[in-house]
Amino acid sequence: MTLQTPPPPHIHSGLRISHIMLQVIAALIPAIICYTWFFGWGLIINTLLAVLVALASEALMLKLRQRPLRPFLGDGSAVLTAMLLAFCIPPLAPWWITVLGVAFALIVGKHLYGGLGYNPFNPAMVGYVMLLISFPLEMTSWMPPFILEQLEIGFVDTLGMIFLNHFPYGLSIDALSSATPLDAMKTDLGLNKTVSEIMESNALFGDFAGTGWEWVGNWLLLGGVYLIYKRVISWHIPLAIIGTLFVIGSFFFLMDPDTYPSPLFHIFGGATILAAFFIATDPVSASTTPRGRIVYGIGIGIIIYVIRAWGGYPDAVAFAVLLMNMAAPTIDYYTQPRVYGHARGKD
Amino acid sequence: MHRLFQFKGGVVLKEHKKDSTALPVQPAKLPPTLTLPLKQHIGVAAEPVVAVGDEVLKGQLIARAGDTLSAPLHAPSSGAVIAIADQPIPHPSGLSAPCIVIETDGEERWRPRQRSVFNFAELSAQELREIIRDAGIVGLGGAGFPAAVKLDPRGHEVELLILNGAECEPYITCDEMLLREHALEVLAGLLMMRHALNAQRCIIAVENNKPKAFRALHEEIQNTGANVELVEVPTIYPTGSEKQLIQVLTGKEVPTGGLPIDIGMVCHNVGTAYAVYRAVEFDEPLISRYVTVAGSVAHARNLKVLFGTPLGNLIEECGGNRRTLRRVIVGGPMMGTAMHSDTVPVVKTTNCVLVESVMHDVPLPSRDEYAMPCIRCGNCAHACPVNLLPQQLYWYARARDFDKIQDYNLFDCIECGCCDYVCPSQIPLVGYYRYAKSEIWNQDAEKRQADLARERHQFREFRLEREKKERAERHKKKRSAVSKAGGDDKKAAIEAAMARVRAKKAEQDSAPKNTDNLTPAQQRQVDEADRRRREENPATSPRDNKAENTQDRPQ
Repeated sequence: MTLQTPPPPHIHSGLRISHIMLQVIAALIPAIICYTWFFGWGLIINTLLAVLVALASEALMLKLRQRPLRPFLGDGSAVLTAMLLAFCIPPLAPWWITVLGVAFALIVGKHLYGGLGYNPFNPAMVGYVMLLISFPLEMTSWMPPFILEQLEIGFVDTLGMIFLNHFPYGLSIDALSSATPLDAMKTDLGLNKTVSEIMESNALFGDFAGTGWEWVGNWLLLGGVYLIYKRVISWHIPLAIIGTLFVIGSFFFLMDPDTYPSPLFHIFGGATILAAFFIATDPVSASTTPRGRIVYGIGIGIIIYVIRAWGGYPDAVAFAVLLMNMAAPTIDYYTQPRVYGHARGKD
Repeated sequence: MHRLFQFKGGVVLKEHKKDSTALPVQPAKLPPTLTLPLKQHIGVAAEPVVAVGDEVLKGQLIARAGDTLSAPLHAPSSGAVIAIADQPIPHPSGLSAPCIVIETDGEERWRPRQRSVFNFAELSAQELREIIRDAGIVGLGGAGFPAAVKLDPRGHEVELLILNGAECEPYITCDEMLLREHALEVLAGLLMMRHALNAQRCIIAVENNKPKAFRALHEEIQNTGANVELVEVPTIYPTGSEKQLIQVLTGKEVPTGGLPIDIGMVCHNVGTAYAVYRAVEFDEPLISRYVTVAGSVAHARNLKVLFGTPLGNLIEECGGNRRTLRRVIVGGPMMGTAMHSDTVPVVKTTNCVLVESVMHDVPLPSRDEYAMPCIRCGNCAHACPVNLLPQQLYWYARARDFDKIQDYNLFDCIECGCCDYVCPSQIPLVGYYRYAKSEIWNQDAEKRQADLARERHQFREFRLEREKKERAERHKKKRSAVSKAGGDDKKAAIEAAMARVRAKKAEQDSAPKNTDNLTPAQQRQVDEADRRRREENPATSPRDNKAENTQDRPQ
């Protein structure tokens, strides 16, 4: 009988990539339910469609690259990319938006760079940015949160809107959709209104960051804290992003509260929480050293604020993440931890 | 209460220590043959002092230390030397190495021993070290460093002597059982070590998952009043690693590339202390040790095993099935070595034999065969007790970028396996690091050789150049001497030379040869010999051949 002689260690914790991905997916689910409560079935339909397209794209690319299907289709990474991207797409966007975005994310953003573990950019954000700059109209037609109080829009109605461009009550997408709170804020600030005027005049803004949105943000936060508690992600990146937005947001808010919305608006508005806990923490494209992750998070926070306050787009999470993805290898090189037995301050 | 510190990272492992601590330790059965590798320690192999056929007594010296960094070897039992030859040894390569094979006679006849009548404190440190060296004692914790060398402070002030009873690897319980059964002897050995090192303080460290061992030591320390601190350390792997244990106990770090003695500390294993005691007090050389047999065996336990006993014998003795073996690991599951065969012998550093059978009755959850790509999750960096970035090391090992991988401090890696254990991609990380280390060592060796060759070449060029110059110089001198002498002298010199040649020739012609004045019979013999020589060697004489050979030889 020949004995097996693998290198040590001879035991393993049993942890797999799929376990990590499944936990992130699980942490996302409360927020998806909340989102559906406020904005209808669109997100769930988009998510299912995205997952299907993602698995198909992944399988196609694995076949072309002659990689085994089972371990990679089962690792959950494609599913997670699809879910995150679907989360960023307006709930009533036509089906081909989701299909194009997800296929682009998986094929170009992931597999053309070498597949799992080798993509320098967050695939979901690659897909999102492609959609945002190619189809700005479809990508900015969001639903106002209180629409469901006025209209009854069921699952089948939503399916019709997404797949057949068939709108109930004789409505059109233009009539149904509205801007996001961040978008509305940017537009109104451009009209020389003060922040308090804007927020009082429009029910869209809710208590501090947008009706509906702020609650989705809360559930995302809860999921994110769960991930930190479970050590699926480390605290460094989320804290650095949120902390940076808080510090910069407070500074400008205190200087001029009429022109600059409160830091809470920046933290709970838009995709900040989603980015801080679920997107920027994608391990493959993020910085990997503890100190590096803080630098990386601060960078994302700064870019988000700068683009939101003075740039051309209402939200900037995707751009911020992609820009810092590029910097991650350099950050890692300069933030190596001090190794046991090495003098402090050297290295 | 002793203040404790933490090392970064580490992992909490399932201990699996209960099974093998249920039964008391008993001596393993004497096998018919004992196979003793000449190198069971770090350093130079021992040199045999017995020959095949010699009768040996138990404890008799059979191989002497090859160097100061070496250890002698003693016969574990009485019998006859039946071979001194290459045999499979417990090494990851599965290769063979020189061994002395003893056929046991079952009588266990000891060589004469002297029960010590002296108080060890009356011995000088050097005398104590000599006893320890001659007893063949090496570090029993796993590294096998000659103990006498490590007990020599060599000018350093030893502030702290640590006795390592942490035993952090799962399954292994040989140190725990030794402490439970022989706490007093271990304590005595520690005091002898302290004497050899002239250490100011002594700490015995035991992980907090061994309360019985702790209590046994505690009692003995109380009873004897020995000035030794007993410290319970948290059970986190790899607390038992020398560097990490020092950090836990003192908060200090051993400088990279340095030894604990550089910061005034020395660390020894509890088993080594016991061996020191047996050697000093009973004149017993190191010929056996406690070995844990665990895993897929009916009765996991600790045995007192003579060196040279085949692993398979121990497996059978503990109720394991040798025909269904899947993996036989010497050492623990985290840092142990999987053997190519279960016939290799127990040596001085064998602390555990961990068995996995194909029946999976006691499964060792191992990595998947198929490793996924690294997703840079950083679990490995979080677990690394040395604070390395294992994900970067892996990346550069794969890319064979051996300069960059040293920038990331590959050689500070202690190969504890924590990174590997927590990796969700199930990548054999330690395997990659070992590969990179050995490649770098090979390259360094090659580079050294190349440097040497280049130096030799350069020297040769220099020498040839110099000789050429010298020759030219000589010619010039001669020529100028001749030309200075003028034309007539030149002609005279030629004349004189010619005359000398003529004289010599005449002399040769007139001189008698030993072939002159032969009898007819002798002449026939000479003719005969000449003819034979011509037939055998038609063209060349032996001398010509030799000349050709020397020309072919590479420089």
